Amino acid sequence: MSITEVQFQATAVENAPPQAIEGRSQWQLTWRRLRGDWVAVMSMVVVLLICAIALCAPLIAAATGHGEYQAFPNRGTNAFGQPVGPGANGFPLGTDQIGRDLLVRIVYGARISLFVGLLTTVVATVFGVSIGLIAGYFGGFVDTVLARIIDAVLAFPFIVLALALAAVLGPSLAIVIGVITFFSWAGISRIVRGQTLSLKEKEYIEAARSLGAGPWRIMFVDILPNLLGPVLVLATLYIPTAVSFEATLSFLGIGIPPPAPSWGNILSEAQDHYQTAWWFVVFPAAALLITTLAFNLLGDGIRDALDPRTERIFAGGRTALRKRDSRGKHRRHRGLDLDQAILAGAQADLSADRPMPEWSGGPPRADTASKGG
Amino acid sequence: MARFLIRRIVAGILVLWIVATLTFFLFFVAVPEGVVARNLAGRAATPAVIAQVDQNLGLNLPKPVQYWHYLSHLLRGNLGYSYYSQEPVTTILKQALPATVSVVVGGVLLWLVVGLGAGILSATRPRSLFDRAATVGVLAGVSAPTFVVGELLIIAVFVQLNDHGITFIQTGYTPISQSFAGWLGCMILPWITLAIVQAAVYTRLSRGSLLDTLGEDYIRTARSKGITERRVLYRHAVRSAMTPVVSQLGIDLGALLGGVIVVEQVFGLQGLGQQTVTAISQGDGQLVIGFVMLAALFVVVANLIVDISYALLDPRVRIN
Repeated sequence: MSITEVQFQATAVENAPPQAIEGRSQWQLTWRRLRGDWVAVMSMVVVLLICAIALCAPLIAAATGHGEYQAFPNRGTNAFGQPVGPGANGFPLGTDQIGRDLLVRIVYGARISLFVGLLTTVVATVFGVSIGLIAGYFGGFVDTVLARIIDAVLAFPFIVLALALAAVLGPSLAIVIGVITFFSWAGISRIVRGQTLSLKEKEYIEAARSLGAGPWRIMFVDILPNLLGPVLVLATLYIPTAVSFEATLSFLGIGIPPPAPSWGNILSEAQDHYQTAWWFVVFPAAALLITTLAFNLLGDGIRDALDPRTERIFAGGRTALRKRDSRGKHRRHRGLDLDQAILAGAQADLSADRPMPEWSGGPPRADTASKGG
Repeated sequence: MARFLIRRIVAGILVLWIVATLTFFLFFVAVPEGVVARNLAGRAATPAVIAQVDQNLGLNLPKPVQYWHYLSHLLRGNLGYSYYSQEPVTTILKQALPATVSVVVGGVLLWLVVGLGAGILSATRPRSLFDRAATVGVLAGVSAPTFVVGELLIIAVFVQLNDHGITFIQTGYTPISQSFAGWLGCMILPWITLAIVQAAVYTRLSRGSLLDTLGEDYIRTARSKGITERRVLYRHAVRSAMTPVVSQLGIDLGALLGGVIVVEQVFGLQGLGQQTVTAISQGDGQLVIGFVMLAALFVVVANLIVDISYALLDPRVRIN
């Protein structure tokens, strides 16, 4: 490249119309990364679709002409009184044991599942985050007491309490929501507490305090925004857990009482029909699996997108990158480490996609040999 | 170590006492006066039975006295009578125990072997085909509720095999003393169900933990000493990578209990869990109390065992 060429290029740059450099917030960056992850995008589409189906349940019921509780003893069961299969007699997914339209029941079941999943998650998150912040920020005696309570709730077999409550009060939607909420907040609290413990030592908190900010302002204005990422991921991952809980309780007969349709109690009713009516099991089970899997994948995707270490947009493939910071021990000291936070949590470990150590391309020994030189 | 153990045992007793007290409140205090006996005696109870319950449990005495009676009965292992079936609760629980123990022991062994095995294999061969497949399998396993896995297995395996005349795999429970093959045949699917649901978590956990450990300096030191890779892996890495796995096991014991109740219900195993679900639908409160106390005892004892093995694996726990 000659000098004139360089000068020419320099002038071209100078003469170019001034371009505003646009700052991107953390959330914009996250959103960009999330959009680049097709698994996350797909699962988001599926989640939205399920929500749409749940909202449109009455429309779908109207389209089939079958009500949620409406039994069709003649058309809906065969000569032996057994459920009829998918497509028969105008029932797209077949019928259940008393000839109700399985499709309509499943669609209405989605309402209960999503309602329970979302409501319990929101309540448990708000409560869990508050307790975690208070325990972590105040420390001392408050922390000791709250941490003990958190541990006790985490160690308590939830199903036992649910059984006892159902025995005394009889199963109901309110008990389901109460039990799930009661056993969900503690896991969130534990993680928020741990993060708060490390965040409150940062300089900017000291700065806030020296400006005269009180403890509540520091907790909810200065610390909380830094926790929104992990909390969002956790909340997304608690939804499928809550959906599973509800289904399990209903399956055991201590959840949503029939005839209200819930995926759990439909599957419970299907128990006597394994041999004769596969659709009675397979369709509600598929609805449940698709829902929980979609939320889990979405949560995984959000976690990856929030984590600046996985800069896969700029590198292309989902697995190609993540090598940037390769040594396991360096990773651990970086600010908010979500993987570590979640590892410490009570729920299923969510770190399957953690970044690989340096040697991950080949057998471990090849690497140590090359590094020794 | 001794102090550590004593502290743990005291904490365990405390948990048992709290559970007992909560149960007492739930069944004896929180409900209206006349309903207590009704709740304990079962849905089919006649007035005569209810009067008998009133008399046996001293329900007209002041609550603190009742509480005292209740605790002292529990301490002596006396769980009272199931007024529904007219049998002592301990007898019913004893009969149901073998099925539950079979499910738990086999299931836990299978899930640990599968979970840890897959985790170690994935961690030593990151990004291999096996690792990818395991990651997908893990997510599916974590997402699936236990009873769904069980029901799908029944449809896919049990129904299919029986349609083709292969009757080895059965539902229901056959005692091991009656026929080993029969026992195995009815246990395999429950074990696989528990393993599919639970192993996933352990695969993830042991993979992540082992990958972290393999990046530590002391592993490089061990390798540079010329120790075989096998020895590095199993002597140095796996042992210290196991601590989070063991503590997860402690956390999961409550979940295991839930899993067992569900699995028994799905496969009709007539164990403790299924008995309890039946007891609830019959309103047999005395049996439910017995089960709740037994379940709490199980969780406390199992947690104690986990704590001890934790201390054995990680010396720092003992010192603190």
